[in-house]
Amino acid sequence: MRLPAVAGIVLRQAYLIRGSPVRVLPMFAWVAIDIVLWGFITRYLNSVSASGINFVSTILGAVLLWDLFTRIMQGITTAFLEDVWSRNFLNLFATPLSIAEYVSGLVVTSLATSMVGLVAMLVLAVPVFGLSFFAIGAPLIPFLLVLFCFGLALGIFASALVLRLGPASEWLVWPLPALLSPFACVFYPLAVLPPAMRAVAVVIPPSYVFEGMRAVVAGRAFSASGLLVGALLSVAYVLLAGYCFGRVHRYAVRTGLLARYSAETVS
Amino acid sequence: MDREIAQPLVLGVQDLSKSYGQLRAVSGVSFRIRRGEILGLLGPNGAGKTTIINTILGVLAPTSGSIRIGDFDVERQRAQALARTNFAAVYATLPGNLTVRQNLRFFGLIYAVRGLDARIESLLLQFELQHFAGTKCGLLSSGEQTRVALAKALLNDPQLLLLDEPTASLDPSAAQVIRRHIRELASQRDCGILWTSHNMYEVEEVCDRVLFLSRGRVLLEGDPKRLPREHAARNLEELFIRFAREPLAPEQASPAGEARA
Repeated sequence: MRLPAVAGIVLRQAYLIRGSPVRVLPMFAWVAIDIVLWGFITRYLNSVSASGINFVSTILGAVLLWDLFTRIMQGITTAFLEDVWSRNFLNLFATPLSIAEYVSGLVVTSLATSMVGLVAMLVLAVPVFGLSFFAIGAPLIPFLLVLFCFGLALGIFASALVLRLGPASEWLVWPLPALLSPFACVFYPLAVLPPAMRAVAVVIPPSYVFEGMRAVVAGRAFSASGLLVGALLSVAYVLLAGYCFGRVHRYAVRTGLLARYSAETVS
Repeated sequence: MDREIAQPLVLGVQDLSKSYGQLRAVSGVSFRIRRGEILGLLGPNGAGKTTIINTILGVLAPTSGSIRIGDFDVERQRAQALARTNFAAVYATLPGNLTVRQNLRFFGLIYAVRGLDARIESLLLQFELQHFAGTKCGLLSSGEQTRVALAKALLNDPQLLLLDEPTASLDPSAAQVIRRHIRELASQRDCGILWTSHNMYEVEEVCDRVLFLSRGRVLLEGDPKRLPREHAARNLEELFIRFAREPLAPEQASPAGEARA
């Protein structure tokens, strides 16, 4: 792995973000809207409910973690799509750049941009709505790592999808987190799902994170083995997504798709 | 002939073929480029020139055959081979949303160029791009974009340079300057160059040797100044038009056959 090449990919994205307010704004705006909206909803629910559940911690905390996951996924795909939009594949892949270096550059970019979003979310959620996010304690770290890895996996997979199906398939990848959200059990326990949906939920790492987070917020012990399964699944998905991207890239080189991609010739 | 003896190979293409299903885009093409040599790749549209360039650049896998850049096989030692190569093509403009300097820095890092800042300044000066250094490439004229593409193509001081119609969008004066740069590059830095162009006067002026391609096959190979006389044509353009309209059978192309053997 050549670090200057990875730095080149990251620097390119930094140049784009720095020079473009329309790229900077979404890093803050959508997460801020989500936090404000859900902040008031959960504050209202706390005021009218006698259930004893702290909705701010349970639901707003879940919104924050889910938004972070979505940002990570979108950070990868947006960085990848910049090369699609600027028709840069030929220039890029006719260099010594390896797929691992390219994807690593996208990952670092996504990490940086999603961290900006996380800070924006925390600045709003903690002081304004009183979310005791850090009260989750040490489990917060593995929770975040599992979501981070799964976000990477989904972002890499989505990029492979666009590479294989062509620029017009961009619209397919944006709703992927929304498609997964019913199975991720962001706002409700796994137990409320019907068996068929539960069978899908148990192979999706975020379901373990949100189950664990709800247990911690309710003052119960969370399932360490469940979290371990979630972590292993996340790592497996990252490897699988990397494999998919590599396969699609080889296909694109074999068929000429990569060389002609700028012409949007994918049928 | 002297160059062939004195200079090592920078590119060796051997029995290269590329098929898309039933369509054979390139069929059994072999050629070599030595240091300091400029080889013109000529042929009508669809002859297979860009396919050959794409396979050399590793963005298109050949169906069969091998490509070596210096000592490295493009398929098996892609990174080492492409670290010594660069290209500029009219259809591969640099990202228009980055400035000239940002593009050069971005690609300089990808190629891991040492002393990158100095290299960028030197190329900006060489291609008279200092005034555009902070301008987004998408805002430049096509001629200016060509100069930026050429500056990018020289970032890593390549041993092999692939130029696909590099002067297509330039005015005659700018094209002359670019041709001078390229000739200097070949002679002073021992860079091997593969040049495609539809401008036969330019090819005659710049190239040491040319390959005529038609329907993915090499029809003819030789010195662009001598070939017209050898084939009873007034000039290279007349020869080109004749081949483009009525391609020779490959077995008639004795000079190429001899060279490949």
